[in-house]
Amino acid sequence: MAGNDGAGVRQPRRDAMGSALAVLNRLASTAVLDRFGLRKPVERGLYEATRTGFTAVGAASRTFASAGKLGKPQRLPSAPQRGLFDLTPTEEQQMIRETVVDFAAEQLRPIAADADAKCDTPQGLLSLVAELGVTLVGVPEELGGLGTERSSVTNVLVAEAMAHGDMGLAVACLAPSAVSTALVLWGDETQQATYLPAFVGDNIPAAALAVQEPRPLFDPFALKTKAYRRAGGFVIEGVKSLVPRAAQAELFIVAADLDGRGPALFVVESGSAGVTIESDPAMGLRAAGMGKLRLDKVALPATALLGEGKSDVYTECVRLSRIAWSALAVGTSQAVLDYVIPYVNERVAFGEPISHRQGVAFKVADIGIELEGMRLLTYRAASRAEQGKSYAREAGLARRLCAEKGMMIGNDGVQLLGGHGFVKEHPVERWYRDLRAVGLAEGIVLV
Amino acid sequence: MINLEIPKKFEQLVDQAHQAAAEFFRPNSRKYDQAEHTYPKELDMLAALLDGLSASGGGTGAGGVRRGEKKDKEGNKNGSNLQLLLGTIEMCWGDVGLLLTMPRQGLGNAAIASVANDEQLERYKGKWAAMAITEPDTGSDSGAIRTTAVKDGDYYVLNGEKIFVTSGERADCVVVWATLDRSLGKAAIKSFVVDRGTPGFELVRLEHKLGIRASDTAHFRLENVRVHKDNLLGSPEVNTEQGFAGVMQTFDNTRPLVAAMAIGVARAALEETRRILTEAGVKIDYDRPAFTQSAAAATFLQLEADWEAAYLLALEAAWMADNRQPNSLQASMAKAKAGRSGSDVTLRCVELAGSLGYSENSLLEKWARDSKILDIFEGTQQIQQLIVARRLLSKSSSELK
Repeated sequence: MAGNDGAGVRQPRRDAMGSALAVLNRLASTAVLDRFGLRKPVERGLYEATRTGFTAVGAASRTFASAGKLGKPQRLPSAPQRGLFDLTPTEEQQMIRETVVDFAAEQLRPIAADADAKCDTPQGLLSLVAELGVTLVGVPEELGGLGTERSSVTNVLVAEAMAHGDMGLAVACLAPSAVSTALVLWGDETQQATYLPAFVGDNIPAAALAVQEPRPLFDPFALKTKAYRRAGGFVIEGVKSLVPRAAQAELFIVAADLDGRGPALFVVESGSAGVTIESDPAMGLRAAGMGKLRLDKVALPATALLGEGKSDVYTECVRLSRIAWSALAVGTSQAVLDYVIPYVNERVAFGEPISHRQGVAFKVADIGIELEGMRLLTYRAASRAEQGKSYAREAGLARRLCAEKGMMIGNDGVQLLGGHGFVKEHPVERWYRDLRAVGLAEGIVLV
Repeated sequence: MINLEIPKKFEQLVDQAHQAAAEFFRPNSRKYDQAEHTYPKELDMLAALLDGLSASGGGTGAGGVRRGEKKDKEGNKNGSNLQLLLGTIEMCWGDVGLLLTMPRQGLGNAAIASVANDEQLERYKGKWAAMAITEPDTGSDSGAIRTTAVKDGDYYVLNGEKIFVTSGERADCVVVWATLDRSLGKAAIKSFVVDRGTPGFELVRLEHKLGIRASDTAHFRLENVRVHKDNLLGSPEVNTEQGFAGVMQTFDNTRPLVAAMAIGVARAALEETRRILTEAGVKIDYDRPAFTQSAAAATFLQLEADWEAAYLLALEAAWMADNRQPNSLQASMAKAKAGRSGSDVTLRCVELAGSLGYSENSLLEKWARDSKILDIFEGTQQIQQLIVARRLLSKSSSELK
């Protein structure tokens, strides 16, 4: 392919010899698999990938029925405006953060490698998270939650602490909160009365905020998933990707273009006719059981539209989600830093710890510097959001920085461990894969 | 309660500093860039104004870095460090070279304000003090300076050579670092206030520089300069226990201010570049993914994100100082991030603006030259990385060299 074309301009062509080589390769690999007894793991991998099949219908849904409807939707008021610059969390936030930090260290980190391999989050963990009450903070007291005001900063601290344990598990654990938060922020009294009670009970349903679509240069403001008004409701059609715990999810909030006029959010129950799930494991975030959600002419009731389809509702959803991704990036990047420090201090080469070399030490310094910047941008965006200030700029910049520097940190984390970073004995390779998601993921989590 | 916004009580100060920068600095910016070594006489009037301001906590860093001894009330504080930082950002949005040559606002003034005794404070009140640390063979390793001070009765006799003395020729006096005994290492380094005109204190030349040309940089030779012992700042004893810490702690306070300078210059470049790009029809959108926008818009967003990180890191360092939390880690983080982002942002802005930005008709090219020094003085990028790395890795300077 030497020549004057730019990289990728001319795609390699397969000729007769190429085809022969391809066939030979397939045969050879089969033989190799048999000889070394690798058949089983490969088959298991295939099984995981297709476990739910291309045509599996959505998870059997519980019956969501409107119970004890309140006269008007319940919203959390903005948090009070603050006077002074301050980086100290409130006592309540410190307590919550410490609890979640401990929880993540004890419950998430030890099972992270296994969950990553199995592409699944154990139900036991999800039940523990429900007991922890993570979801309750964002739901108003009137609807059975614990929330008294918008709490984006608290949510950021929780996401950060969870992702310090493991980003994939954090996404699985926080995904239902994104749906309940969306219902609190934009649901009407019927939607809140129908769906929110399940999220404050003991058995929180798997649920997902599905914005992403499988195409290059995905722009959440130019959706290919389409919804049309029909008599008595809507019809929605399209494919959503990176849907967490897609196979188990009972409820989705789906972003779709409404009548060609721009994006809106729809509540979709998994039992609706035309909903199918396709397992779609990715490079990272594997514990979150990512899948595709196919919507084939799914009929929705008129009550499915969230926030009256207003464009600022959707814009806010995209922004709050990006702040949440920034928080996840901060947590996992902190995990990288905390892991590489003892490693480079203990690893000896050329007769002294490798941390005594500037080539190593300066990388650690840069991880520390960029991480602190990521954290401050994320906190600023969240703090502005919950105070009811404009935060488009701050959310956009936080996401930009966290995507860029988070990946740098993930990359350097592996690099600092050298070959040991490349093998699964150490978690840095998983963090490397997880951190790649921050630059591209939309939706899924909310603060 | 987490909040990263600037309090209302500083709005007036920021606004005043901004207007001074817009009305005094910007109109003279190109003039003194071209007329290097010419004293910007316009600053005298502004300095008089600032003297009044700094009495109330404003100014450019010369007076405000002394940490008060009195115990304040409990709770979160936004005080003089934050205020000074914000003022510095605004002034450097105007012109960093002119700020650096503001009368009576030298780094020597900061040193005097930080370590002088009451008698010395009174004696040097209203004086313009420059700072002389660097020598021809000693830069970042300031512990290795060779200028000597030998006690002779009530006087010290100083011999040596000092370079990179900001405003050295314009100042009334120069704070000179010299060693009482090179064999005792850093602990023997003391600072002496040398009045200009003292016999033997000879100006060798003024440097011609890449940027900040409004601010003069002097080279001195000291030949048997006799300085009264009362001009020694701090304790005359050589305490090998305490070592270098005393002199170095000034940097915890001044590094966020140099970060502020880079933040100010970079913001000026970003604002001008946004104007130029917008006029050229480039739309910069914080909501749409960067990769679905033009390359120029995507680059701009990345630069602004880096800028924002530098800005917030500097605020954090200053806020910690206001609240008496040890902040040398955060001060170095802020300086490192702001220093490298300052260069990156201003250079990239020139590139984005094309020949418009490269031309002397625009200040963009000047800002790209001015910003470079901010990643060098008060501790280079690499020195900041060393400090941060030692902190994070719990390493001493003998382990991580």
